[in-house]
Amino acid sequence: MSINDSITRRRVLRHGGNIVAAGALFSMLPTMASAAKPITVGFIYVGPRQDFGWNQSHWDAAKLIAKMDNVKVVEQENVPETAEVEKVMQSMIELDGAEVIMATSFGYWKSILKMADKYPNVLFTHIGAIWKEGNPKNVIGYRGYMEEPHYLCGIAAGRMSKTGKIGFIGSKPLYFIFNNCNGYILGARSVNPNITCNVVITGDWNNPVKEAETTNSLIDQGCDVIIANVDSSKVAIETAERRGIYSCGYHSDCSSLAPKGFLTGAEWNWASAADFVEAWRTGGSYPNLLRGGFKRDMVKISPFGQAVPQNVRDEILMAKKGFIDDSLILYKGPLKDNEGNVILTEGQVIDNEDTKFKVGVRFFVEGAVGSTGLK
Amino acid sequence: MFNAAFYQGMEAVVISTAALLLTLVGFGIFVTIFGVDPFDVYYILYLGGFGTQISIENTLTQAAPLMLTALCTAIPARAGLLVIGGEGALVVGGIATVLVGVHLSGLPPALGIVVMGLAGALAGGLWIGAAGALRQYRGVNETISTLLMNYIAIAILYHLVSGPIRDFDQVLKASSWSISETFMVGTVPGLDVHWGLAVGVVTCLVLFVVMRHTTFGFAVDILGGNQRTAQMAGLPINRMVILCCCIGGAGAGLAGTMEVIAVHGFASDSLVVGFGYAGILIAFLARQNPLAIILVAILLGGISASGGLMQRRFDLPDATTAVLQGMLFVMVLASNSLYGRLRFLQAREA
Amino acid sequence: MTGADELGWWGIVIAVLGGAIRVSTPYLFVSLGETLTEKGGRVNLGLEGILVMGAMSGYGTAVLTGEPWLGVFVAGCAGATLGLLHGLICNLPRVNDIAVGISLFVLGTGLAFFLGKPFINPSAPRLPYLDLGAWSSYPQIRSALEINALFIIGFFLALFLTWALKNTRWGLILRTVGDSADAATALGFNVNLVRTLGTVAGGFLSGVGGSFLSLYYPGTWNEGLSSGQGLMAVALVIFARWNPIYCFYVALLFGGATALGPALQTVGISSNYYLYGAAPYFLTLGLLIYSSSTKHRMAGAPGEVSISR
Repeated sequence: MSINDSITRRRVLRHGGNIVAAGALFSMLPTMASAAKPITVGFIYVGPRQDFGWNQSHWDAAKLIAKMDNVKVVEQENVPETAEVEKVMQSMIELDGAEVIMATSFGYWKSILKMADKYPNVLFTHIGAIWKEGNPKNVIGYRGYMEEPHYLCGIAAGRMSKTGKIGFIGSKPLYFIFNNCNGYILGARSVNPNITCNVVITGDWNNPVKEAETTNSLIDQGCDVIIANVDSSKVAIETAERRGIYSCGYHSDCSSLAPKGFLTGAEWNWASAADFVEAWRTGGSYPNLLRGGFKRDMVKISPFGQAVPQNVRDEILMAKKGFIDDSLILYKGPLKDNEGNVILTEGQVIDNEDTKFKVGVRFFVEGAVGSTGLK
Repeated sequence: MFNAAFYQGMEAVVISTAALLLTLVGFGIFVTIFGVDPFDVYYILYLGGFGTQISIENTLTQAAPLMLTALCTAIPARAGLLVIGGEGALVVGGIATVLVGVHLSGLPPALGIVVMGLAGALAGGLWIGAAGALRQYRGVNETISTLLMNYIAIAILYHLVSGPIRDFDQVLKASSWSISETFMVGTVPGLDVHWGLAVGVVTCLVLFVVMRHTTFGFAVDILGGNQRTAQMAGLPINRMVILCCCIGGAGAGLAGTMEVIAVHGFASDSLVVGFGYAGILIAFLARQNPLAIILVAILLGGISASGGLMQRRFDLPDATTAVLQGMLFVMVLASNSLYGRLRFLQAREA
Repeated sequence: MTGADELGWWGIVIAVLGGAIRVSTPYLFVSLGETLTEKGGRVNLGLEGILVMGAMSGYGTAVLTGEPWLGVFVAGCAGATLGLLHGLICNLPRVNDIAVGISLFVLGTGLAFFLGKPFINPSAPRLPYLDLGAWSSYPQIRSALEINALFIIGFFLALFLTWALKNTRWGLILRTVGDSADAATALGFNVNLVRTLGTVAGGFLSGVGGSFLSLYYPGTWNEGLSSGQGLMAVALVIFARWNPIYCFYVALLFGGATALGPALQTVGISSNYYLYGAAPYFLTLGLLIYSSSTKHRMAGAPGEVSISR
């Protein structure tokens, strides 16, 4: 577990209101729930909501919101990122009377901006969290710092790996996949500085055959802990379990899939969405941009698998505390990428909430075998 | 006293309507098994697809690209080919539009849009035309070649937008450079539907006239009917086949252009959403007739739009829409066998 | 760790070999099924829907009963049922078999996704395999040589069908019906019945091919399971010139090429992964162009099949 250095550490500050928009704080949930105005919330999924992965993590939030008083939830699945999504939003607003639209895929952003201008009385939420000044006020971007639970998975992987090689499967060459991978490797290296991680990018959000092939290839290369950053990690985890390899989950709780080999997993906690609904209907205030890790309870880790011994569990929970009280910093110098370039020098530190830096990450840290494919 | 054309038209209307009604009955039984009142479903299907202005706009927005991709199958099919490459042609059309479009800044918008349209149509036309040439000069079956080329086009698209032509400031999506805002087209007057709809309708109308009322179209019909007859008639088969492929491919390529200039502004994996494959189905349902393609595309758009509302109101999964579509297509196709068989619909012998 | 670095480039070859066996099996079954259908003169583009339906029903049966082989059988029956639907509708006059096939594609996929919702989360027991690589200490070789049972069945099936089509009465009837409906009718065969049976058999085999995906490799059920494999298999039939044993080779080729991309990435060759991923398609197209010629464009094609006229 890393420790604060001296008082003279230099924060590399990136400018911009990238944390929380000016003057926004949460309002408390009203205690008189029965006086709540009826409200309809629309959920838009890019795939099938029951996919044991990304969409299911949002479905969990939808179920939570549906339990709130006087809240009706309407859901539509398999909405592609094309002109169709605007029409779906309109249809939800005008035909279903939705006043909150939860759009759960990155590519919906442009459509959200357009619709938000058109319907100022409707709240739009987006899981891409790139809201900035000048965007409509009735939009919320929220997203957890997934790299934090990945760091914890990395600690588990680092402790449990016998071969000193772990594996990471990524879907698309996007910044958050790179950050997750870096978190995983940094966590593993924090307990085993010689560990290496084979990184493969499948290129698809969801392609079971490729994911199975890739998992088998990684295991053939000697990796004995696998984590898959794809829409549903079921295939990778089951394949790893069949070959007697450890695995970590992603998006949702995958522990039931691998009774022997499951270590832990990186999960979202989209429950803040419920707060947004409440704030919108009572006229309370809400942030336009909400990003957070363990400190803001926006991410969590899955229950530990039986294979994880108590001392490793304790170590992971200590690290989690470190994220909460800011004593554990993910990106800090000296840091090199896996091609030898210096990213951070000794003493340089990236604040855990420095979204701008993270959004610009296009490298894998030292220890990764593989490249982002980008220059 | 009613002429043959009237009887033919009546026949088409009656049989199509019967197919539609049978589908609704069948689908009603399906939803009843799963605990939903069919009459509620019927109303919602109407409401979601055609019941309000925004439902109609939703339907038309979804129909727009399908009119153009259907041409990619329909036009070559009239010449006797089975081309299923609409998906790939759309993708290369989109790529070409972006590659050309980002170098056009400074041109007046109207000119820029025309140039981009030409680029997309040309790219799509060459893509499918190549398959046609492979068929004529090399004997390569066009069905398998265009299917393989779909996958190849998609791989090239993903490769390009992940690196060589990627706009790295777009952090949420691997997408290409964007064309300038001035080149984006908006919505048609009166309806909140983008210009892709008008382009689709006009293209289908033009091709209807070309394929049904010109010598070229007539020659293609002969070729499609029987290749030997066409050979004996001395028609330039190779040229005709390749030309039909180019026209069809140009249609799908144009669909790709419209997706870029009317919807996204860039190329990305949002171009690969199945418009091409839906187009194949529409072409066959419309029996390769460009005019009918417009109607069938709207029907499909309507089902898709109303399917969304159905999902939301009855908490049914998205697959329900596919079941409805499948049932409808099977019914319509089966009903094709009734043409000429129902006595009361036939023209009376004078 | 034994093996990984010592094998070096051989690791890629072995991975391709393993992939050829693993990934080819669904293509093999679907293309064998479609060969039967097309030999009779029909084209069934709905095999993608049948594949998915087979995968779902096989998986569901295995989850509910714990018997994977029962799942395979049920998958085949589901496929046969959809094949029957295709056959019956195409028996009606003036019905285009291509269009019916695509409609079944949509219907089959829709039904499979709709009915398959309860089976997304549970795990199912897996089909058995022959561990031909047990002698090796290299995990790569061991995993590549895990030959699954359906692959072996498929291989013998390909041999059997090649022989049967040429040497049995049934094979002759099927081929006659497919080459010339008029000749077959003159000989007293019921063309529609034979074609329907061919389509039903094709559907059964495609359903079995689908069950392989869900019960062995990747061994799961979700809505992204097939990415056009059924459609691709129909194309492979043409490439294989409607010859069952060629279907076997073509499926192997395709499966091996599919394994190339991931294998390269795991040894660190990770640029251009999309292009490597398209290797099977580039390869098949290249071979197709190379091996085709206008002279014998449709050698082996059944005369009545609409895609060859």
